[in-house]
Amino acid sequence: MHDLLIAPFADYAFMRKALIGAIAVALGAAPIGAFLILRRMSLTGDAIAHGILPGAAVGYLLAGLSLTAMTLGGLVAGMAVALGAAAVSRRTAQREDASLAAFTLISLAAGVMLVSLRGSSLDLLHFLFGSVLALPDDALVLLAAIATVTLLAFALLFRLFVTDALDPSFLRRVGPRTGLVHYAFLALAVLNLIAGFHALGTLMAVGIMILPAAAARFWTRSVGAVVVVAVVIAVLSCATGLILAFHLDLQPSATMILCSGVAYVVSLLAGREGSVMARRRLPSGVPA
Amino acid sequence: MNDAPRITIRNLALGYGGRPVVEQLDWDIAPGSLTAIIGANGSGKSTLLRAVAGELRPLAGAIDGLDGTVTSYLPQDAGIDRAFPISVADLAAMGLWRKVGAFGRIGRHWSGELERALGLVGLSGAARLPIATLSGGQFQRVLFARLILEDADLILLDEPFAAVDRETTADLVGLVRQWAAEGRTVVVALHDLDQVRQHFPETLRLAGGRGVQGATAQILSVLGAAGVSTAPAGQLRGGAVA
Repeated sequence: MHDLLIAPFADYAFMRKALIGAIAVALGAAPIGAFLILRRMSLTGDAIAHGILPGAAVGYLLAGLSLTAMTLGGLVAGMAVALGAAAVSRRTAQREDASLAAFTLISLAAGVMLVSLRGSSLDLLHFLFGSVLALPDDALVLLAAIATVTLLAFALLFRLFVTDALDPSFLRRVGPRTGLVHYAFLALAVLNLIAGFHALGTLMAVGIMILPAAAARFWTRSVGAVVVVAVVIAVLSCATGLILAFHLDLQPSATMILCSGVAYVVSLLAGREGSVMARRRLPSGVPA
Repeated sequence: MNDAPRITIRNLALGYGGRPVVEQLDWDIAPGSLTAIIGANGSGKSTLLRAVAGELRPLAGAIDGLDGTVTSYLPQDAGIDRAFPISVADLAAMGLWRKVGAFGRIGRHWSGELERALGLVGLSGAARLPIATLSGGQFQRVLFARLILEDADLILLDEPFAAVDRETTADLVGLVRQWAAEGRTVVVALHDLDQVRQHFPETLRLAGGRGVQGATAQILSVLGAAGVSTAPAGQLRGGAVA
């Protein structure tokens, strides 16, 4: 047991750092994911995650593999996609799912093209799948800072976030300047997807956000519990995925996401609320 | 609650994308009055309520008397995700927002008010239930509990009984009358003319973009004289008055 669970972290500093980085990402991303799902905005999360790629790529073209440049580039591009996708669906006849898919695809293609302008295919893999096993110390500090800011914001603004997700037009009526809450939430989503981008890469970042939260939805009846269960699933998936990747020599970010994928499928089948089995126990026709 | 407002509407034009739905509307809402808005589908009932609620800017004209007024507004479709993981009590407690805010504690006093409001809508035992388990009528009761807690001077309701059972309608109509009796100003868009006749002393009838206001008996008798059938179902049909 010691060899299986403890030794990888006791023996290798890069594994300890990977674990800390992944847990930091999980702590911040899972609550954001829970609210993205409650707001039916999972696709927006996906679009923002991909939108970060060309921004980070521009930072990379200008300054190489600099944490600051890639983070700032990703921040600008991520916010642009977050605000742009909403504006497109507001001002055109096209539904949001189509505009989000368009943004996602354009961003991915632009990002891959930009990185390939200068980088090797190794750099490209780094962008797409992250480098959780080679996180520099300044990146760890950034991930921990983003997780801290996120958790503080949730502790402080929880009632605002819940009300804004449930009945935004009511909130606008009763609370002055509450329109800002939505932007604060989007900004947190972008920050956490940047954290996810550094650790897990563009393609996997949104996975640690959405999958644990989607799984948590099958176990609980209150928003607070959804957030807590999502965080627990995200942290366990990261730890398990890292250990599996170490022992079986697997790609780490994909393994972590697959672990939360397993949690999702198990929850979908056997969860207490609205899962396949929970619905079977109900007489037919009654919504869970 | 403050004093109920006297609302004066003059030469009001409302619409979307510059196309007017309501034009040259004059309407006086007396403090503490209980008014029904009637009219065919598309006559502008919801549009007018949205404008009074402050959610739609008039194309022309003015709505005066809303300064300092606490207004609550229940749209026909509140757009609330019924699968959202929240309890009856937590949804109703949103009505305390103006008093408690984003950060205040819901202490003993407000918990008591919350319990009282749930009792008034007949949901005393249901406080901890998730809203996903409620029927349409029960869900509307929760929204009425939220309205009670808002403690507004002006209450605007858009077809609040459209999707609820008969018993719930009777209970909720009782609450609406109670609000008016407490001196609040209440305006309700409705299509059931029997309900209007029974419970609402004042009526504003919208047709062809214009409005006529008066005592309910008078407005409905004009409708009857114009050959618009109100019996037996008491429904004001789309084509009949357009």
